[in-house]
Amino acid sequence: MISPASTLTATSAAAPAEASSAPPETAAPSRRDYTSLDVELSGVGRAFGSRTVLRDVSLRVAPGEVLAILGSSGCGKSTLLRAVGGLDTGNTGEILINGSPVQRYDERTAVGFQEPRLLPWRSIHKNVSLGLPRSLSKAEGRERVDELLKLVGLHDRASLRPREISGGMAQRASLARALARRPGVLLLDEPFGALDALTRLKMQDLLLDVHAQTGTTVLLVTHDVDEALQLADRVLLLGPDLAEPHPAEGATIARLISVPGQRPRDRASAELAALRGELFSGLGVDSHSH
Amino acid sequence: MSSTLDTPTAAAPADGPGGSPQRRARRGLPGGGLLIGAVVPVLLLALWWLVTEVTGTFTAIQLPAPQAVLSAGVGLFESGDLFEHMGISLQRVLIGFGIGAGLGLALGSLLGLSAIADKLLNPTVGAFRAVPSLAWVPLLLLWVGIGEDSKVILIAIGAFFPVFTAIHSALRHVDAQLVEAGRAFGFHGLRLLGTVQLPAVVPSVFSGLRLGLAQAWLFLVAAELLAAAEGLGFLLTESQNNGRTDRLLLAIVLLALLGKLTDTLLGVLERKALKTWA
Ligand SMILES: Nc1ncnc2c1ncn2[C@@H]1O[C@H](COP(=O)(O)OP(=O)(O)O)[C@@H](O)[C@H]1O
Ligand SMILES: [Mg+2]
Repeated sequence: MISPASTLTATSAAAPAEASSAPPETAAPSRRDYTSLDVELSGVGRAFGSRTVLRDVSLRVAPGEVLAILGSSGCGKSTLLRAVGGLDTGNTGEILINGSPVQRYDERTAVGFQEPRLLPWRSIHKNVSLGLPRSLSKAEGRERVDELLKLVGLHDRASLRPREISGGMAQRASLARALARRPGVLLLDEPFGALDALTRLKMQDLLLDVHAQTGTTVLLVTHDVDEALQLADRVLLLGPDLAEPHPAEGATIARLISVPGQRPRDRASAELAALRGELFSGLGVDSHSH
Repeated sequence: MSSTLDTPTAAAPADGPGGSPQRRARRGLPGGGLLIGAVVPVLLLALWWLVTEVTGTFTAIQLPAPQAVLSAGVGLFESGDLFEHMGISLQRVLIGFGIGAGLGLALGSLLGLSAIADKLLNPTVGAFRAVPSLAWVPLLLLWVGIGEDSKVILIAIGAFFPVFTAIHSALRHVDAQLVEAGRAFGFHGLRLLGTVQLPAVVPSVFSGLRLGLAQAWLFLVAAELLAAAEGLGFLLTESQNNGRTDRLLLAIVLLALLGKLTDTLLGVLERKALKTWA
């Protein structure tokens, strides 16, 4: 499915010389077309009414980094992501992208939602075009969408409607739409959460390919510990601050873990197993039951 | 991942011989449906002919024979009155419907999209909707007179509410997630309206338009029954007063035909729109 690109990443570490010749000439946007921007959060908090959901989240995400945001359901992962994308503006603290504050629906970011959210009356091609920046000419836009559909392996489905493709394909179209504006920061909110296990693994590979080719900064919300360990440079665990004796209301940075090793990682490695155990216990789950 | 997509093609040969007769039967239905649907009208026509022409159960004043209605039509056609009555009625409906539906679309969009406009105006519109529309007739006659204007206004009132209600409630229920996705990709204002909200409400708008059109015909007859010198509604009252039951039945048949014709045309438009937008 995802074959040309995924074999490329798989082999590129072993045979870098071959890597440049591997992509077909029709393919992928070159990495220098993309910018990757840094994200800096200082003292970010969010309350809905009198209920504090997030408090005091401070960290810097480096350009090109993949940060996984992990946490139990309802702890504020989406809330944090929406604040970074400017979809929600009610937060306290400061969020800077590339040194300047986040704007409403910030153009430097793009969001991939948990649901594909494709317009049912538009073809896949036209849905992906929705993400294009306004500055592009029609021809340039077409070309970029064609490129992206190839990248996510949907070029032969371009004229179909969303209801005519599978859930995994719809999610790939949604990813292509998010990439269409060549975001400096890609915000993904449990993008694979609704997919079956096999499709999810394929989508993870695809995301790694996309990241390898675009180098964009990625904030990935997930509830899947293994997904986080497989994809991320660092894992941010949101939750009550365990260092405090009586944690205040609202989630904050419970752990921030650097994941060792180059991607794609060996899912069975002992080092990852130890981290998995640590993250599970951070989530309040006994890791032996997994 | 491709499995979901492959299913239809993969399944097709599998159910080959077993599936095809069923499919043929299903494909045969539209033509067959038309035939089946014609059975009852033909029987009714035969019964009509039987009780008038053959057994003579009814007098020509009570119920004229089918041929009498037909020749009444031919007579009116030859005098040129037929197309005059039909033309003026059609004209009133089209103008009234155009105005009423247009205003319904405009006001419904405004209230459906703007929370402020909705709060400000919805109670007022709701109060007007609560008035049975025909109750306006005396006031219209008093203010506007018996001319064309009062008829067109009455028809417009009839067409307005179904269209207004349809687009208003549809816009309030557009999938909020789609709208948010639109905003996240830089759409707002009119571009958002044209890209996400309007296409999403096309199906409901068309059902509102078809209801509005039916209402327009209803109010046409009401208007012409009350005060008119031409038109199919006038033909109804005039025939009643002259004891021309044949013409009266003819007028009813013509109203049904014109109503069906305009609705079918709107249905064709609807199908085209749904192909693009749904
Ligand atoms: N717009 C909102 N109004 C009120 N409460 C909200 C709103 N959005 C989120 N919340 C609350 O904030 C908490 C965190 O939500 P969310 O960030 O969606 O959690 P998750 O970690 O599952 O993504 C939840 O308890 C949710 O009910
Ligand atoms: Mg969430």
